[in-house]
Amino acid sequence: MDKLFLYLQFPFVRYALIVGVLIALCSSLLGVTLVLKRFSYIGDGLSHVAFGAMAIASVLNFTNEMVLILPITVLCAVLLLRTGKNAKIKGDAAIAMISVGALAFGYLLMNIFSTSSNLTGDVCSTLFGSTSILTLTKEEVWLCIVLSVTVLLIFVLFYNKIFAVTFDEDFSNATGTRANAYNLMLAVVIAVIIVLAMNLVGSLLISALVIFPALSAMRLFNNFKSVTVFSAIFSVICAFLGIVISILAGTPVGSTIVAVDVAGFIICCAAGMITGGAAR
Amino acid sequence: MAYITVTDLSLGYESHVIVKNLDFSVNKGDYLCIVGENGSGKTTLMKTLLHLREPMSGQIVTGDGLKRNEIGYLPQQTEVQKDFPASVYEIVLSGCQGRLGLRPFYSSEEKKLARENMERMGIAGLEKRSYRTLSGGQQQRVLLARALCATRKVLLLDEPVAGLDPVVTMQMYDLIEELNREGITIIMISHDIEAAAKYASHILHIGDKIFFGTRKEYLEGEMGRLFANKREGGERNNG
Repeated sequence: MDKLFLYLQFPFVRYALIVGVLIALCSSLLGVTLVLKRFSYIGDGLSHVAFGAMAIASVLNFTNEMVLILPITVLCAVLLLRTGKNAKIKGDAAIAMISVGALAFGYLLMNIFSTSSNLTGDVCSTLFGSTSILTLTKEEVWLCIVLSVTVLLIFVLFYNKIFAVTFDEDFSNATGTRANAYNLMLAVVIAVIIVLAMNLVGSLLISALVIFPALSAMRLFNNFKSVTVFSAIFSVICAFLGIVISILAGTPVGSTIVAVDVAGFIICCAAGMITGGAAR
Repeated sequence: MAYITVTDLSLGYESHVIVKNLDFSVNKGDYLCIVGENGSGKTTLMKTLLHLREPMSGQIVTGDGLKRNEIGYLPQQTEVQKDFPASVYEIVLSGCQGRLGLRPFYSSEEKKLARENMERMGIAGLEKRSYRTLSGGQQQRVLLARALCATRKVLLLDEPVAGLDPVVTMQMYDLIEELNREGITIIMISHDIEAAAKYASHILHIGDKIFFGTRKEYLEGEMGRLFANKREGGERNNG
């Protein structure tokens, strides 16, 4: 405990906690919708796109990589969610295709044009999360706070519409809700969260932040509101514990958070079985 | 003027035409059954009526004070809904979404409407139950209550009794008939020609031959005779 308080006096530890918890909160809110829409893997696909975009940006020597990563990821998110229904290549196949394609091109580009002496280290840190969450600047923290608050506001204001569109798109369209507009909005928000979350857990583990809170909540609760609220709480607690443990034990941040998520999921499963949870 | 007037409508996918030259109208208080074989374009027709897809050609005009989004819809169940964690109340309330506009939250008036419709459908006691744990008949009642929140005028029902057992099927038909008697116009897709012949005021048969007319005309016409023969044949075999 003393050790924790000692660490908390360092600003970089506080920054990491703030950013980690906010990202976990945002991704869990959207996770419920994504899991129910059968888009669990979109986080994975988009993060690989972000990885590919990052490789391009570093090859082109962009000083601010976000300028390229964000638009490309948003574009792919829009394409993936839009083509969900009528495309010749269906949802899961499209995600898999874009995901591995971007991953391969990203690694290829980094290999051919690399200027770094430690290529494997670079790639590994983008895939599994780097220590960059511990080297955040004050500006980055503020950017993250602003974006997270925006995502939260969007989610709260459109909560009823998001529920309706997730449950039954045809009915929504028929009664005058423009479901496509909301799908587009979700796609953009998801892309933003994923680009933010890459710093935290790396592109291979992002899906965990999206799916584990939602799945855990669905073990225990029966209505949309409780599932959403619980998954947000679950995600925040897991992210907080994960970061604290990783600081105290010196383990990698990303995989520690995911490990805590997995443990939480198992606990929720057990609790669900004992209380009869979602089967009521 | 009729609620819905369809003139010279053609439906299909890409360049493949399924139904051609469809003409019919639906008036206030009608009970229209749309019958036809699998793949004859019944669901496509319904989605076009709901403006979920564009017709290949022809027109759908709404009139008599019916607005485009004042149509309640009871869709067939989707895969996603089978394990969706939502309470009955949440789903019924979402029927009011068309009234929201840009307002983010439901008003107390809309919440009251949701409760009234749950009572009307006999599911008031299930309010907090999870949709995925209900029986097929109860789930259909929930979706009906939701559709009633969206409209007081026209209900479009896509195979409302699919997958229900005979007793619940009868209850469902009675419920729909009661709504019709209260003045709600019903448009129903059905496989069940027998039920169509029993409850509907008008019948639209699509397929190789297209028929539109009142129930009486249908039963006295060519198709109806075919149907009546089949039924008598069936009864003889049973006896």
